[in-house]
Amino acid sequence: MPDVARDVVEHVSTLARLALSSEEIDRLQHEMGRILEHADKLQAVNTDAIQGTSHVIPMINVYREDQVGESLTPEEVVANAPDSADEFFKVPRTVEE
Amino acid sequence: MAMEPMIGLEVHVQLATESKMFCACSTKFGAEPNSNVCPSCLGLPGSLPVPNRKAVEYVIRTGAALNCSVADHCRFARKNYFYPDLTKNFQISQYDEPLTYNGYIDLKVNGEPVRIRIRRAHLEEDTGKNLHLASGSTLVEYNRGGIPLMEIVTEPDFTTAEQCREYLTQLRLILRCIGVSTANMDEGAMRAEPTVNLNDRATGEATPKVEIKNLNSIRSVYEAVKYEISRQRKAVAEGREGELFQQTRRWDESNGVTALMRRKETSDDYMYFPEPDLVPLEPDPAWVESIVSSCPELPAARCERFCTEYAIPEYDATVLTESRELADYFEDACKAFEGAAKTVSNWVMGDLTSLLHEAGVSIAQSPVSCERLAELLKLIDENVISGKIAKDVLAKMFESGKSAAEIVKEEGLEQISDTSALESVIDEVIAENPGPVEDVRGGKQQAIGFLVGQVMRKTQGQANPGMVNEMLSRKVKGEG
Ligand SMILES: [Zn+2]
Repeated sequence: MPDVARDVVEHVSTLARLALSSEEIDRLQHEMGRILEHADKLQAVNTDAIQGTSHVIPMINVYREDQVGESLTPEEVVANAPDSADEFFKVPRTVEE
Repeated sequence: MAMEPMIGLEVHVQLATESKMFCACSTKFGAEPNSNVCPSCLGLPGSLPVPNRKAVEYVIRTGAALNCSVADHCRFARKNYFYPDLTKNFQISQYDEPLTYNGYIDLKVNGEPVRIRIRRAHLEEDTGKNLHLASGSTLVEYNRGGIPLMEIVTEPDFTTAEQCREYLTQLRLILRCIGVSTANMDEGAMRAEPTVNLNDRATGEATPKVEIKNLNSIRSVYEAVKYEISRQRKAVAEGREGELFQQTRRWDESNGVTALMRRKETSDDYMYFPEPDLVPLEPDPAWVESIVSSCPELPAARCERFCTEYAIPEYDATVLTESRELADYFEDACKAFEGAAKTVSNWVMGDLTSLLHEAGVSIAQSPVSCERLAELLKLIDENVISGKIAKDVLAKMFESGKSAAEIVKEEGLEQISDTSALESVIDEVIAENPGPVEDVRGGKQQAIGFLVGQVMRKTQGQANPGMVNEMLSRKVKGEG
């Protein structure tokens, strides 16, 4: 597996909101390539007849009934927040999606 | 080139469950900020989501109403993005395995049948709310975060704004009829996002897709789509196709225009992957069957049946089927009355509706039950009271909760159908109005109406108008 293309590393870092220096990108191109190379070993296994696994325990249909239970108090909700105003979380201005 | 609009609609619907999608917090609207929040919907480490069975049932029910297939196996997926309206930096949604898919809805627009294909109706969780302050920071609260949200996506089958309007109108009726949502757009319980572009079906040539946001009524969807079609048409007609690009636009209600929100250079990349904290859903076929078979008759089908079964005008049928309760009331009243259905529809849509409206109560809480209304209508049919007096009787029934018969008896409102009682009044009227009497004798038939009116007045509307008419005619012509 060759190194990962520079624009791919940049794209992934943008999605992950990571500000990377040029040197870090150089290094990650190589390191991500090695990681993918390792994961690539799985491609050798024939998985045509196997459904994708998202949960390792063979279990389906776990539900809860529609009943209201306890919530936290607004004070408890914002207790760990770096910044809050009354019962709201306070965050830096974001661009409207 | 023949460019035709191609419009798809994505609708988000808050499901009317008591508790949230993956935790037991209340879904109550208008609670104190951050008071319906727990470790799970706050995304605190160590908490785990557990799906609400009712929400799954509601999506299956909606899928059934929209002729969708129900997946025999499906999973939730993480939709990853960074925005403060998410506590976890991902939204639990569904991606390649929606709960229901491949349906359709049949509409009638300007008398023409239109079939809109439904691509999917899936389940996800709602996001929190951001409040942008003028001072430059943003306040966030998560009472809405985690409320079960159903996303219904159509194929881009709409070609006009009218079709979009009809779809949303029907969809809202259906959602209310099957009881899965209030579908109130002004409260955000139903939100619609159209994607609009122009497309040449012959050459495949198309303008870039434009998504429109900030629409909080069916009317605004209609206006925005109409505006967007004409904006793109104008650019094409003037050779300015180059100025069109893929983007998200915001509907500006006060100016009646769509305005650029952001350019979409790349398609969104949410790095979806299956949610490892949740196990797959494999709805039990017997459960699905019981949900599908308990689906009530839908408003459009009921409207059509009302026209044929009760022989009432389409307008009446449309109004009566706007709510399930109103339609039930009408049908039950017809059964109890056993007379002309049009009479029932006139009274329900007319006097009863205005009384309910004035009192601010819904048909389900009407102080006059459908059986009681039927009793009143029977009294008219049997000539015990006139239609005019029945209006007053209904108002009194509404106020007092008494039956029509009780009120008629108490207030002596029975129609005078007794010939001898009417005879003296008619003689009086003939004696007092020699002019009109002469007119009638001279062949002016319409003058009889005046004389009938005089008799009705003298009897405070209690005379049987049919009998008065007949007796007057005879007497004036000297036959009685
Ligand atoms: Zn919660």
